Amino acid sequence: MDLSALGACLTSPACVVTQATSGLIVGMLLFLVAAGLTLIFGVLKVVNFAHGTFYMLGGYVAYSTLAATDSYTLAVLSGALAMALFGVLFERVLISRVYGSNVLMQLLICYAVVLIFDDLVKIVWGPEFHAMGMPTAFQVPPLFIAGGVVPPFYAVLIAIAALIAVVLSLGLSITRFGKTVRAAAINPQMVSALGVNTTLLFAIVFAIGGGLAGLAGALAAPVRSLSPGMGFSILIESFIVTVIGGMGSIAGALVSALLIGMVRGFGTIGFPRFTDGLIYIMMIAIQILRPQGLFGRRA
Amino acid sequence: MTRTRKPGLSRRSTLALMGAGAATFAAPWVARADANTIKIGMQSILSGPIALLGTSSRNSLMIEQDRINATGGFLGRPIEFVFRDSKGQPQEAARLARELVNTTGCELLVDAEASSGSFAVQEVVRDLGIACVHTNSETSALTADPKIRAPTAFRVARQGVHDAVAGSIYLAEFANTKKLNKWATCSPDYAYGRDTTAQYLQFFKQFKPDVEVVTDAWPKLGQPDFTEVITKLTQAKPQALFTLLYAGDLSAFVNQGNVYALFSQMTVATPNVDYPVLAAIKNLPPGIQSATRYLETFPDTPANKEWGEAYFKRWNERPTNWSWQNSLAMQFYEQAIKKANSLDGKALAAALTGMKVNTPFGADGTITMREDHTTIGYAIGWGQTTPKEPFIIDVKAADWGKIIEFETEWKKQQKYI
Repeated sequence: MDLSALGACLTSPACVVTQATSGLIVGMLLFLVAAGLTLIFGVLKVVNFAHGTFYMLGGYVAYSTLAATDSYTLAVLSGALAMALFGVLFERVLISRVYGSNVLMQLLICYAVVLIFDDLVKIVWGPEFHAMGMPTAFQVPPLFIAGGVVPPFYAVLIAIAALIAVVLSLGLSITRFGKTVRAAAINPQMVSALGVNTTLLFAIVFAIGGGLAGLAGALAAPVRSLSPGMGFSILIESFIVTVIGGMGSIAGALVSALLIGMVRGFGTIGFPRFTDGLIYIMMIAIQILRPQGLFGRRA
Repeated sequence: MTRTRKPGLSRRSTLALMGAGAATFAAPWVARADANTIKIGMQSILSGPIALLGTSSRNSLMIEQDRINATGGFLGRPIEFVFRDSKGQPQEAARLARELVNTTGCELLVDAEASSGSFAVQEVVRDLGIACVHTNSETSALTADPKIRAPTAFRVARQGVHDAVAGSIYLAEFANTKKLNKWATCSPDYAYGRDTTAQYLQFFKQFKPDVEVVTDAWPKLGQPDFTEVITKLTQAKPQALFTLLYAGDLSAFVNQGNVYALFSQMTVATPNVDYPVLAAIKNLPPGIQSATRYLETFPDTPANKEWGEAYFKRWNERPTNWSWQNSLAMQFYEQAIKKANSLDGKALAAALTGMKVNTPFGADGTITMREDHTTIGYAIGWGQTTPKEPFIIDVKAADWGKIIEFETEWKKQQKYI
């Protein structure tokens, strides 16, 4: 524990800017993955344990697209769209068969998908790690704001993630589709009885959830190593985000992901050997004080 | 009033399910193997961000399997490796090692785990009495500490304390020349990272007393994002950084460090740069002070070059430090089995102790298995990176006389001798 270092950092604009940017990038990428997870849970009451696989595949698809086209924009779009399509297939072919079944059956199917695709990734891309490398456009020196370091690449990623958070939030609250999704989350039978094609609706929800995870994997690919099984660690953190934020709440996922990002950003200064511990303590404290999570509804 | 329960998942059952899911996902996958000839069990990290450790070990062992079988095998019997993936989990490494012997019928073990796994496997070996060679654990205590050393387990690998002495001598000289006094460290948060960093610092301060460590960072093994670590390091404004990150972690660290222009703000020194890492990093910064893990040009001998080229021809990728260590392990097994005329753990232990083999990886063309079950005399050099082949240039060879001298002093301090 180094509280004096933390105090010095908090009184230094340069340190605050640098660490806050660091927290924002960690938090926003985490939000993209967790938003899909919590959206799927909120509407379908399915805990998608295969969600990390979407993140992993999004990264790998982007990696191959960049190698083929040399375009990072195409790489990101292909990662997101491929995972949206994969989400639809996953929901239609597998998950739709176990709605209302024993939850262990859902877990089993997700686990099977994780194992199958981890092995497929090993076969297609090899078992060792890959590095995509920074797109040429972003191979530029970092910006300095109030003495703090802000990498342009991260600023763009944060802006993209923030835009998606706004679109997702507004889309769910003011559009007809969003209202239907929210209604389906509360009473799917009634929504179906009113003539809404819930089969299509559920597939679209999976497409959005999968697409967001794929987008996060693709966006992060230039700076993170790609390896089979990489979805597992992000899945655990995404679960923490959904538990803290409240399962099914997009706003909760955003606040929670940013909280975790900031704890990482500043915790590493004040509690360098206990940063992960801080996150779990925060989760436990919130579970005790507000069991439904920060933005969750009491069951 | 009656409370009705909504269909679907409750919060509690969801949390329980998440826990069950996490536990299930962490569980291992176990493959099957045939049960003929002399089976040699090998478990390692064969998936995940540091799978390079396991796969480049396996590649090397497969070359050795073909070479040994082409010359009649061991004791006239062909050999066959049985590979298992521990995913880097120590408890799984121990379980697999036991299973490889008791269930699969392996008569020899090659433990190609990172240190966290090797310490767990060491206890299994002590219990079973089977011959085992640790090929990738660099944590000195595994063999240096007599309480941890096992009678039939040997290390055929570079060792933290050796690298620490060699690296510290080189870096102290470099730091004096460049006037670098303020240093930071960033190493993986497990036994190897912590112990070896401590060893480096101990010797570094001994050779350069005015050095000051202004900050340290301990990311988790396989951590996907190093952003907060990198910003913490840049905040402390060190003149130089020492890191023990490796494989995919090192690649991610360099890529994320480039985003923060970390390499223009401080000199970076690492003993862990392997060929595939150098090749995978798209924007390798020049001037990183680096040890030679495996380099075809060091030692600059025809035998070393030939071995490196043969490996590349077979696998279409360059070997790693772990590759030569596993190849050497089989050279030691081969020679020891001939000498002992047996696969028995005790007989092999007696044969291995003090054994010297001729090998391309030796500083003078030979490597010796010392009485404390660890290898000495392997090639250690330090130089600086360049973005193109041969990737590390201006290599200076370490002085094994000094390495042994300071290692002995360290062992006395630790009360190992």
